[in-house]
Formats: sequence, structure tokens, C-alpha cells
Amino acid sequence: MADTDTQQVDRPEGAIPDANVTVDRPGYPDEVALEGDDNIESELMTLNMGPQHPSTHGVLRLELKTDGEIIEHVRPHIGYLHRCFEKHAESLSYPQVIPFTDRMDYLAAMNNNLAYCLAVERLLEIEIPERVEYVRVIICELNRLASHLVSFGTYGMDIGAFTPFLFAFREREDIFDLFEMTCGARMLYNYIWVGGVSHDFPPGFVEKCTAFLDKFEGKINDYNNLLSYNKIFIERTANIGVLPVDKAYSYNLTGPNLRGSGVKWDLRRDDPYSIYDRFEFDIPVGSGEMGQLGDCWDRYMVRIREMGESVRIIRQALEQMPDGDVHKAVPRNVRPPKDAECYTRSETPRGEMGIYVISDGSNVPYRVKVKSPCFTAISAMNFLTRGHYVADIIAVIGSIDIVLGEVDR
Amino acid sequence: MTPQEIFDALKSQFGDVIIDLTENVDTWIRVKPGSIADVCVFLHDDEAMKFESLMCLSGVDYEEHLSVVYHLSSSSHRHRITLKVEVPRDDPHVPTVEHLWLVANWHEREAYDMFGIVFDGHSDLRRILCPDDWEGHPLRKDYQVQEFYRGIKVEV
Repeated sequence: MADTDTQQVDRPEGAIPDANVTVDRPGYPDEVALEGDDNIESELMTLNMGPQHPSTHGVLRLELKTDGEIIEHVRPHIGYLHRCFEKHAESLSYPQVIPFTDRMDYLAAMNNNLAYCLAVERLLEIEIPERVEYVRVIICELNRLASHLVSFGTYGMDIGAFTPFLFAFREREDIFDLFEMTCGARMLYNYIWVGGVSHDFPPGFVEKCTAFLDKFEGKINDYNNLLSYNKIFIERTANIGVLPVDKAYSYNLTGPNLRGSGVKWDLRRDDPYSIYDRFEFDIPVGSGEMGQLGDCWDRYMVRIREMGESVRIIRQALEQMPDGDVHKAVPRNVRPPKDAECYTRSETPRGEMGIYVISDGSNVPYRVKVKSPCFTAISAMNFLTRGHYVADIIAVIGSIDIVLGEVDR
Repeated sequence: MTPQEIFDALKSQFGDVIIDLTENVDTWIRVKPGSIADVCVFLHDDEAMKFESLMCLSGVDYEEHLSVVYHLSSSSHRHRITLKVEVPRDDPHVPTVEHLWLVANWHEREAYDMFGIVFDGHSDLRRILCPDDWEGHPLRKDYQVQEFYRGIKVEV
């Protein structure tokens, strides 16, 4: 789908820059003259990738300016899934907003529910029963596993390995079975409520969950053997889309993307919410094992290692979980104080999700703003892909793990 | 640093530009809109502040005026602060902070798209979520959706 036709030119040797070097040509967007032979000129080609493209993980359009196979500039166009979440929220009561949060990041709906409920609970200053806290942690970590499994499976498929996808979705089904037996839904749950959760765990949940964890722990090794240390996979992902720490902060890339660059920062430990401070777990970070620190492989591997840590958290939580009533603290009427506002952040599988809620004293929020970790990640696309080959864009998109439903809200 | 300490430091550095500190669940500092970029430079660069990330930039329609809210966080000092500027509804202008935090580029585009707030000095101020030729700014409280978009009836 080229907008402009380009002439094929014979390039002098060495004219194509190394894929790892960022191209910085002052002349852009005018025609760029290559050094070397006198009158060899090439023209930039505009190429539209998406909005319907299997590797963009949703409806995303990337406008590429390429010099042959080399990317000069990427301009992402978003908004294809814009459903006015924030406007809707201004006409719904506080609990009615929760189902909308499910539909933002539909791969980690539980974590979205929790992020929103944490904000409203802080405005109301209510105390959450112990059992509810444990139920939330277990369910959110299970959802993190499910989300990372999709990320792992689809990433393999983007790069060209079909089998890992089937492995990942097989385990994901087991997690969905656990969710289904808890609340009846498999994808969009409306499970976490302000002050509580919709259903307590049914009898037999703990046993079934433990059996799943026992089975799942060994599978992580399978994934590594299948994909992580596969030579072709490493060739495609190592040294691609390198993200230095200062840029990660500047673009506010968070979660596994930031940790992939070697920064040990996880809100579950560094700014603990809920009861995460009670559990022992490590924070995996990238170390540049296969190439430069902060490349696609590092970001990918952080997610794989995080799955093992989530399993650890769930095991501890299942062990410590007390009995109790999960509906005890659910308020009849949610009316936060007038003019109160708060910004809470929590660690979803994709990074820090920020929820900014302003109250006007009624039962309807005055303003709800969601800072989506994918939104900030995708704004760094141009930086991450410039100077690489077109095929590497696929590797970069998969490695920052975006869900367009959350980008556009 | 606590928000009070940050407020005092800003007050001694910038004087009248820093208006007040309000606490209602979260704590925020009101700043005069023309100086927000200078205040942010100080918060970003000063060794004791070092706010290396802009967590969120939101527009808010308070009906009598519009606001831009900056949520800043520093992971090296582990403190957070919220800044607010108030701009008139009919001619909202705020200087950009894009040169400090690259992510502000997109956040400011969103605030422009949804509220019509103009960020002076922004390198690429276009709509981001709505189509380029959409009319009005949807998150304003008095927003009326257009009847037709390119000949297609808009159903609400």
C-alpha cells in the first residue's frame, strides 16, 4: 500500500546503515542524498501498516517512512477503538463504571477492576476485609499469568513460531476455568467491587488452583525451551528496539518494559498497595544476556520470569488466606466527599495504570481519567524502531505488549 | 519530601507564581499557568526534587475554568506531587512541558483533543483519539455531539 512509488536504485556498498544504529539525517523529510556516488538519490516511501494487521495486536495504524527496508520515521495513529470511556464514566454511578474498566485492557480485566476500585476506596477511606484482600491478590496474579501467557504466545507467533501460542492458550484455558468457577465469566468479569468482590471463592477452588500451579510451574521451563532460547527467536529479538533507562523514564514506560532496561522498580514492592508487602517475591529485570540491555529479548524475558514470581505470590496467598465475608465492606451508596480527588497507580501486567478520580460529592464521578501504560509505551514507537528494518517493527510491538483497547479507552 | 516541603521549596524559589497547597485525599499545588514550564524545569532538574517521570497529564473541565493537572513522580527520591493550573475556558493556553518529559507530547495532544487546551510550543499539536476533522472537544461539560460526520448520522 505504498503512497508513492520509489525507484529501485543500486546502492553503493555500505550505504544501508547497520540495523542497530539510529539513523539521524538532518535533511528529513526532504529527499535524502546518500554519500558515495555522485547522483544517487533515494526517495522516502510512505507505507501504512494497519489498521487491520495481524501483528499490531489490535487496531493500530503505523505510518512508516522507509528508506528501502530501513525505517526513518514511525508515526502511530491511534483512536480506532476509542469508546469515550471517560465521558461515559461521568454519567454512571461509581460501581457502574467497573464493567467499562473490564473492556479497556481485556486481557487483564481483573487488574483494571482493582486499579479503579483502589482509587474509589481511597476517596471513601473504607477498610477492606482481610479475606477480600487475599482474594484480590490471588485473582489478580492469576490474571497476570493469563495476560503474560497471551503476550508470550502471540509474540512467538509474530516472530514466526506457531507452537508456543498453542501451549500458552492451553494453560490460559485452565486459568479461565478457575475464573469461571469463581464468578461465571471467562473474559470480562466485573468481579472486583468497591469494598469487596462479587463472589467468594467456591468450595474446591483452593485445591483446583494449587493443582493448576503445580502443573503450571513446570511449564515455564517448556516455554523457555520452546521459544526463549531458540536461536532464530534470539536473532530476531536481541539488539532490537533498545530502550535506555533515561528514555524509559522520559517516555514513562513502566512495568516489564522499564524492568527490561534493568531498573528494579515494581509498584507491588516499591509503592505497595493492597497487601503486596506481605509476600516474598523477586523482581526480575533485564540484564542484556543476549545482546544490549533493554532490547526486545530482555523485555520478553522479564515477563516469562515474572510468571514464576506470580506463582510464588499466589501460593503464599492461598496459604495465608483467612475466612471472612467478602461483601461486608461493600458500601450501599458510594458518595465520596465533595471536591476530593486522588490519583492511584497499580501494577497491571502492562505497567503502571493510573486512575485519577475527582468527586463532586454526588454518586457520579465528576471526572475519571485513566493513564494507560500502553498509551505511553506506544508513544515511544518512533524512538524504538528508527533505523531498524521493517520486519523489526513486529518484534518491537510485541515486546512492549500493548492492548489497543486500553490505549484508546 | 512531603508535599508541604516541596511547596515551601517552590514558594521560596518562585514566590507569587505558586498559589496555594490544598489537601483533600490527595494534595495538590496550584501554579499560575504562564510559569508551569519553569516550575517543571526546576522540579525535573533540581537534585533534591528530581522528578524524572510525568505519570499523567490530565485536562479537567471545572465549568468556570479548565484545568491541567500534572502528576509527577520521582523514583530516586520516592516522592510524588500534583500540580494544577487553571486556564480560562474561552482561550486556554498553557506552555508545553514536552521538552522535559517526552511522554507529555501525547498527553498534551489528548488534552487538546478532549478539552481544546492549547499547549504553546508543542511540536505536533493534533487530535489523537478523535478524527482530525471532528468538531468540538468531547470531554467538555457543555459538549454537544455533532449531528453528522462526513454525511454519516452520529447516533448517541
